[in-house]
Amino acid sequence: MDKFTVHTGHGVPLRRSNVDTDQIIPAVYLKRVTRTGFEDALFESWRTSEPDFVLNRPEYSQATVLVAGPDFGTGSSREHAVWALMDYGFKAVISPRFGDIFRGNSLKTGLLTVVLPESATIKLQDAIEADPTLDVTVDLQARQVRYGNEIEPFELDEYTRWRLMEGLDDIGLTLRNPESIDEYEAVRNPWLPALTPG
Amino acid sequence: MGKTLAEKLWDSHLVREVEGEPDLIYIDMHLIHEVTSAQAFDGLRLANRRVRRPDLTLATEDHNVPTTDIDRPIADLISRTQVDTLRKNCDEFGLTLYPMGDLDQGIVHVIGPQLGITQPGMTLVCGDSHTSTHGAFGALAFGIGTSQVEHVLATQTLPMDRPKTMSVTINGTLADGVTPKDVVLAVIAKTGTGGGQGYMVEYRGNVFAEMSMEGRMTVCNMSIEWGARAGMIAPDDITFDYLKGRKHAATGADWDAAVEYWRTLRTDDDALFDAEIVMAAEEISPFVTWGTNPAQGAPLSASVPDPADFANESERIEAEKALAYMGLTAGTPLRDIKVDTVFVGSCTNGRIEDLRAVAGLLEGRKVADGVRMLIVPGSMRVRAQAEQEGLGQIFTAAGAEWRQAGCSMCLGMNPDQLAPQERSASTTNRNFEGRQGKGGRTHLVSPQIAAATAIAGHLASPADL
Repeated sequence: MDKFTVHTGHGVPLRRSNVDTDQIIPAVYLKRVTRTGFEDALFESWRTSEPDFVLNRPEYSQATVLVAGPDFGTGSSREHAVWALMDYGFKAVISPRFGDIFRGNSLKTGLLTVVLPESATIKLQDAIEADPTLDVTVDLQARQVRYGNEIEPFELDEYTRWRLMEGLDDIGLTLRNPESIDEYEAVRNPWLPALTPG
Repeated sequence: MGKTLAEKLWDSHLVREVEGEPDLIYIDMHLIHEVTSAQAFDGLRLANRRVRRPDLTLATEDHNVPTTDIDRPIADLISRTQVDTLRKNCDEFGLTLYPMGDLDQGIVHVIGPQLGITQPGMTLVCGDSHTSTHGAFGALAFGIGTSQVEHVLATQTLPMDRPKTMSVTINGTLADGVTPKDVVLAVIAKTGTGGGQGYMVEYRGNVFAEMSMEGRMTVCNMSIEWGARAGMIAPDDITFDYLKGRKHAATGADWDAAVEYWRTLRTDDDALFDAEIVMAAEEISPFVTWGTNPAQGAPLSASVPDPADFANESERIEAEKALAYMGLTAGTPLRDIKVDTVFVGSCTNGRIEDLRAVAGLLEGRKVADGVRMLIVPGSMRVRAQAEQEGLGQIFTAAGAEWRQAGCSMCLGMNPDQLAPQERSASTTNRNFEGRQGKGGRTHLVSPQIAAATAIAGHLASPADL
């Protein structure tokens, strides 16, 4: 996972709520067994059926910060939704509320998902629409989103922030203490179900 | 102070608890399928890691498999590659796999309970958001992404922040014809798609206590549709009766010890939830969705709502968009909505009780002219049982297509899909835009409403027949 400290880029306002992961990437693209190359699938339905969809507009073609309405990433657990956003070039997504599983996936993979109040999100969307070349800075170190003269603080727990800033993957961290897993397994109930592979 | 059921489950799985870090919890069972596992196995290979507990990992093929001609190679080459990749990975890492055609194959959330692999007190995860289904047994069960699938394969644990707890209490008497699906759709319409976000939810009250295990699974299954991390119901004699004698359930003294422990898995009287929702059974009636998220639902007796009536602006805009996508006009009685297709199946409503309910209504009747009806069992064992009970014959005699097991039309990634603008009544869990195929229009319903709708040709309840 790449380290994330501070990112500055252009934003794109997605003024829709309840953008579920089926919209972010339709199921038909989930048949692939690779982990990259999902940029063509991002918002595929809206990009192909709505000529005026924000991602089809040239003024937002360089955007790297997606500013969405509430309940972004609800629904299916498909991590492909995070991969598609990252493959397309997004570094951060801002929304008043995210689907739990999507948020977890994004923070495991290095796409920074930032929760801002709905009023702050709308204000940022307005600012981007007024000037699509506006620089939007997402600063994980300071836990702030900055643009123009505005500073919006956001919360992220210290552990996740540290992990993202160091670019550490969870498996390596867990395996630093393998003995705790051994100890737990030694006292599990004997009647718990188990399979006999092979 | 006492503990809630969810807290008991969490605490009994703590491997490591360190201030300032997420808890590390042990995973008792990991279910995998072809769609969300390939990249996780690649990750293991890259890091030269093995699967820590092959005996606690079960694989099946469900999402992208066809439900006809299953004895032939999968025609779609990309799908076939994905299924072959799962088979190779299971072989390489020594995992149990129930492949297409096997009597134990089926939707991952149907086969777990059926095999007795899902038991009270367990933690259970799967790279699929409907893993909450297994909470019906008093287990802590939730969906995970592919990074977490890799983490569980490698360590049999997950680092997670402890979610908050919520209760949904429904007491009273459900009216005739009100099913578990109607109950959960009504809960979602009340809370909205984000209402449960960050919570482990326990469903409480006599309505859930009196439900069958399959009804409880339908309710817990859709917990994710209102954003909940997990949904659960305390285990009781109904749970134990369902489990006893199943392939992976304990026997003899082990069974007695298990039941004794399971009886402790109840929320203590003095425990506190972080949030509570209370509804009355009497306020719930047969429910259908009219929009493009599961919270956009209404009683079947109502009409398509007018977006102008929504006070909240984003809800109003969303309702306008939904009606445009669904091709509906405000004020139209829901019963006047004609459908092209009826789909019965999925991890929500693809079990034997669902099929019995549908057969009970289809017997001696015909699917309406111009309506296509697909009935897809949740597993091959459900299919076998339905055949044994003569339900398959009833389905085909009524003019429905009676198929093999899989996720089928619940999600548009196998051959069973809606065409653009095609309208369906579906016993599934998501009415998102394009969920059942690009441009397809989905109304979520119970199996009973699905069957009545297939016969009537428009949204209808059994009482209308």
